[in-house]
Amino acid sequence: MSVEVRIPTVLRTYTGGQKAVHGNGATLQEVLDDIEERNPGLKDRIVEAETLRRFVNIYVNDEDVRFSGGLNAPTSDGDVVVVLPAVAGG
Amino acid sequence: MSPLTTSPAEAVGLIVRMRVVSQAIAPNLTAVLKIAREQVDAMIAHAWEDHPDEACGVIIGLEGSDVPTRLVRMINAERSPTFFRFEPQEQFALYKQMSAAGEEIVVVYHSHTATEAYPSRIDISLASEPQAHYVIVSTAQSGPSEGPVSVRSFRIVDGAVTEEEIQVTE
Repeated sequence: MSVEVRIPTVLRTYTGGQKAVHGNGATLQEVLDDIEERNPGLKDRIVEAETLRRFVNIYVNDEDVRFSGGLNAPTSDGDVVVVLPAVAGG
Repeated sequence: MSPLTTSPAEAVGLIVRMRVVSQAIAPNLTAVLKIAREQVDAMIAHAWEDHPDEACGVIIGLEGSDVPTRLVRMINAERSPTFFRFEPQEQFALYKQMSAAGEEIVVVYHSHTATEAYPSRIDISLASEPQAHYVIVSTAQSGPSEGPVSVRSFRIVDGAVTEEEIQVTE
């Protein structure tokens, strides 16, 4: 078992086209660190200066992590993490 | 929907250059947006209703089909004449629906209410749907009701903007 991380189209260049990758960790931070080892460059598109990028939304099992600890949001085996870039502009 | 006195045929400049887009990222897409007239009408109607704030939404279709079939108006969480952002919970709910149904965003649309229908710098820097057609409706001339509008479509991939033809189907 592990945590499934769903990757948006725009970031699939970092995952060899895969729609989802798997990682291990007790927090979102640990999971992102783990998948970064096999998908270099991915984390930088999600995290900036040790916080979540402003225009990237992340959900752990349907919960927006901005309201559940951000990068410290707890994760466990079988969880699903969704990375969803904000749709925004001017 | 009520009939529009500005027909989309007038509103939509059926012009435009064709260029080859990034085939690596979007192999099934071509530099043309084929879209039903009623969907063009619906985007324009939405832009008029929300003027002077920017309106935004999507037209979704089956994954990989490049056929826009269902228009969904999205809340502009910014409620601003110069900025838009999908409301995150609404966007996430839409994401789940689309995932379950094997659908994806085919068109992302928004309005410009004081400027031309061309991607702004922030539109370009935040564009994160490389498979999508970015449609911009400008109500700068018409204001909030029927009058001349311009509707243009673009691909925005890795900061590169490519305008594309809009083919309106009946």
